[in-house]
Amino acid sequence: MEFVPITTEDKQAMLRKIGVGSMEKLLECVPKSVPRADLKMPAGLSEPELIRLAEELAARNVTTKSHVSFLGAGSYEHFISSVVRYIFSRGEFLTAYTPYQPEASQGTLQAMYEFQSLLCDLTGMDAANASLYEGGSALAEACILALRETERTKLVVARGVHPEHRQTLKTYLQQIGTEIVELEARDGVSDSKKAAAQIDSKTAAVVVQIPNAFGCIEPVRELEKLAHQNGALFIVAVNPISLGVLQSPGSYGADIVVGEGQSLGTDLLYGGPYLGLFACREKFIRKIPGRIVGMTRDAHGRRGFVLTLQTREQHIRRAKATSNICTNEAMMALAAAVYLGSLGKEGFRDVAVQNLRKAHHCFDRVTKIPGIRPLFQAPFFNEFAVSLPVDPEEVNRRLMKAGFLGGFPLKRWDPQLADGYLIAVTEARSKEQIDRFAAALQEAIK
Amino acid sequence: MSDTSIVRERPETSPQPTPHSPGRLLEPLLNQLGKPGRRAFVLPKLDVPAAPLEKLLPADLIRREPVPLPEVSERDLVKHYMRLAHLNFSGETNFYPLGSCTMKYNPKVNEEIAGLAGFAKVHPYTPDEGAQGILKLLFELEEQFKEILGMDAVTLQPAAGAHGELTALLMAKAYHAAQHKPRHKVVVPDSAHGTNPASAALCGFDVVEVKSTTRGRASVQELKAAISEDVAVFMMTNPNTLGLFEEDVVEIAKLVHQKGGLMYLDGANMNALLGICRAGDMGFDMVHVNIHKTFSIPHGSGGPGGGPVGVKSHLKPFLPGPIIVQEKSAYRLVSPGPSSIGRVRSFFGNTGALVRAYAYIKALGKEGLRRVSEGAILNANYLKALLKGVYPIPVDETCMHEFVASAAQTKSAYGIKAMDIAKRLLDYGFYAPTICFPLIVEEALMIEPSETESKEVLESFAAALIAIAEEAKNFPQKVKGAPHRMPVTRLDEVLAAREPNVRWRTGA
Repeated sequence: MEFVPITTEDKQAMLRKIGVGSMEKLLECVPKSVPRADLKMPAGLSEPELIRLAEELAARNVTTKSHVSFLGAGSYEHFISSVVRYIFSRGEFLTAYTPYQPEASQGTLQAMYEFQSLLCDLTGMDAANASLYEGGSALAEACILALRETERTKLVVARGVHPEHRQTLKTYLQQIGTEIVELEARDGVSDSKKAAAQIDSKTAAVVVQIPNAFGCIEPVRELEKLAHQNGALFIVAVNPISLGVLQSPGSYGADIVVGEGQSLGTDLLYGGPYLGLFACREKFIRKIPGRIVGMTRDAHGRRGFVLTLQTREQHIRRAKATSNICTNEAMMALAAAVYLGSLGKEGFRDVAVQNLRKAHHCFDRVTKIPGIRPLFQAPFFNEFAVSLPVDPEEVNRRLMKAGFLGGFPLKRWDPQLADGYLIAVTEARSKEQIDRFAAALQEAIK
Repeated sequence: MSDTSIVRERPETSPQPTPHSPGRLLEPLLNQLGKPGRRAFVLPKLDVPAAPLEKLLPADLIRREPVPLPEVSERDLVKHYMRLAHLNFSGETNFYPLGSCTMKYNPKVNEEIAGLAGFAKVHPYTPDEGAQGILKLLFELEEQFKEILGMDAVTLQPAAGAHGELTALLMAKAYHAAQHKPRHKVVVPDSAHGTNPASAALCGFDVVEVKSTTRGRASVQELKAAISEDVAVFMMTNPNTLGLFEEDVVEIAKLVHQKGGLMYLDGANMNALLGICRAGDMGFDMVHVNIHKTFSIPHGSGGPGGGPVGVKSHLKPFLPGPIIVQEKSAYRLVSPGPSSIGRVRSFFGNTGALVRAYAYIKALGKEGLRRVSEGAILNANYLKALLKGVYPIPVDETCMHEFVASAAQTKSAYGIKAMDIAKRLLDYGFYAPTICFPLIVEEALMIEPSETESKEVLESFAAALIAIAEEAKNFPQKVKGAPHRMPVTRLDEVLAAREPNVRWRTGA
């Protein structure tokens, strides 16, 4: 394909104006000491050829269209209104840059201000940024803020925080000497009795996820007390959909709320781009990582929006910035705002309640199957763990043949959970699909 | 400040907006629209038993009041976002010559491909046998980047350029530690992007900045003084942020390698090099590319992007995981070896963006890729030639894909700064260049036209800049007061920072 509009005639005229005879002459600014490239690559494709190639590759993947999915573990299939896709596709948002010239970017800026506002309303926080990469790096950024704020060096992290987020945290922070202690767990949730001994005056933050990676609802109120008694910040990672039925982290004392925001209007996309959520208390506003949009006035006193508090950022503060982030996930933030707008007050609650009730219906069906038992007794939201009498990966192979994308084999996170199987049920599953899945699962463990 | 007070303070001559008959200029906030009971999207009816919430959740954690979200109809929702859309300049609607950002045209076929269910609706934990098409695509994309960059291995995981820098610097740190020679310094030129020092600091390195030469290049002499056995990495941007090729790159690489350090290429300006020369052949050990710049992923008002990192073989053991391997005819995701820096994010990467980059490279092929960079270089030099004599070019040599002009003269003569010129350009229908960067040029106007703009567009842009130079002389107040034709006039950034208002207050 061809996206360069320079004709042969243009090229000659342009070279003449520049004052060189040829393209080769122009390229003499690359010194002879630098070897010239001769790429070993095939010729370009036409649009129809390219689409055919892509369709062939796409056809080789199992999707939530080809199979009925009960797979979650940090990435969830939800109904998304066509409006979200339509707005996402609009070039006015999609092909704009970071709004460095606010007067020509009021659409993006207002949309980001609205996203920040919606996220604050969801989480019960005072301030939010305009997105980070995804849940794992958002968690790492929150911990960096806590380490700096408290001038302490230890983090106490619940085992129920998504393992890949914990691994990301370790990559970001262990290399600069941060001590990361794992909060012990019992019955799928943090053991608050043991936590009392692990959280101390060196602890910068206590980090917990609700619902946690195993689907369980953590004893957040007890953990909050322990964190604050010791002068540590309380960092809560959320699945934002759960906030339709669960109290906001702000109501039980969170200092920073982070999370994977994919559930809010972003497709599964084989893992990204997703949406890193970051919201916090007012007092940390000048320490937030990433872009923040603020309301201000123009020279005539009219309302307008700008990127604000930029002295926190790398392009101003360089080595002393609060974070190195520049490009974020603004389109996913836009999708989240449109998604929340499409559901509204009652609709959002409806989604959360349907997740909760459908997951419990599925739990009731699945745990009645002889040989399958619940792994934990703790309450859950839209995901629960069971143990299977047959290797979960083998079960999934059989389920796939029956048209299902099965649950998540927990041994992929923890070899000790060899028979553990995490089943996610969102509003996108019907009773009929859940009942069929239970029957297929019963068959698959024979 | 509350929103209503601002509406009151609008000049009398302006239309007075209400949420349902907004003036042309001001779109109400989403939470000012709608009313209780309106809905845009309704779920299918619950078809499982409606168990009481108290039976399913701990009583002290059940939300008592719904989240106060806006209640709008589908029609109002679309109208709201379309009105916001129309307040934006974008790459698709305007020339967007933002230096260092490579705002090229984003092919529509990429959007169609990325939207295929076989890519968009694939769960990241799908067993490998159910994701062979995606794994093949990603594996091939790694191979393509290896070839384009002259590198031995690639990770596609970083979500953006700065994330790629972080990933590479963590690998460098691990590499030096594995040699039992931990190093503490990262050297950057004074023309470097802000992310370079910020990423180095995040990895716990001390940042040493070296001065550029008067010709805007990294100074071999300065570097000789700065490079020691404690320097882990020299981070270089080539072409640099003045759009100039770093002529001494090969010599500099030798210098750094002699002391055991690593060479890192910030590939933000890769749009100048495709098919012309390769990072690996210039002596770099590591490089990141910004797929939202060079490889045509739309920049999405700030993101998402992608920042794949290529490395030479001696750094391969340190790559983050998971890693794609090809076994016979099948592809698998495996955990990396013990030397790996670990994970830099959850799941595989920004696959949705990587699919677009793959399509772009496939569409262009060998010749097409070279035409991209040649076109970018030709356009930049042509535009520079058109502006010559009107705006001084501090280092007036053949540039690569971008160049830096200066408004220092209009500032000293008429008090017109780069910022004023930028704002006035908006009135002419052009987005502004990057301004006041790189820091080593006074009142910098950093202009990157990209290869996808036509000669005619460049000419009309140059004509606008030339007209503004005339205005600066004859009607300086007009330029200082710009923009005049945007939905808002110049915004008070000091007020925004002094009294941060970063969210609406529900009920307020």
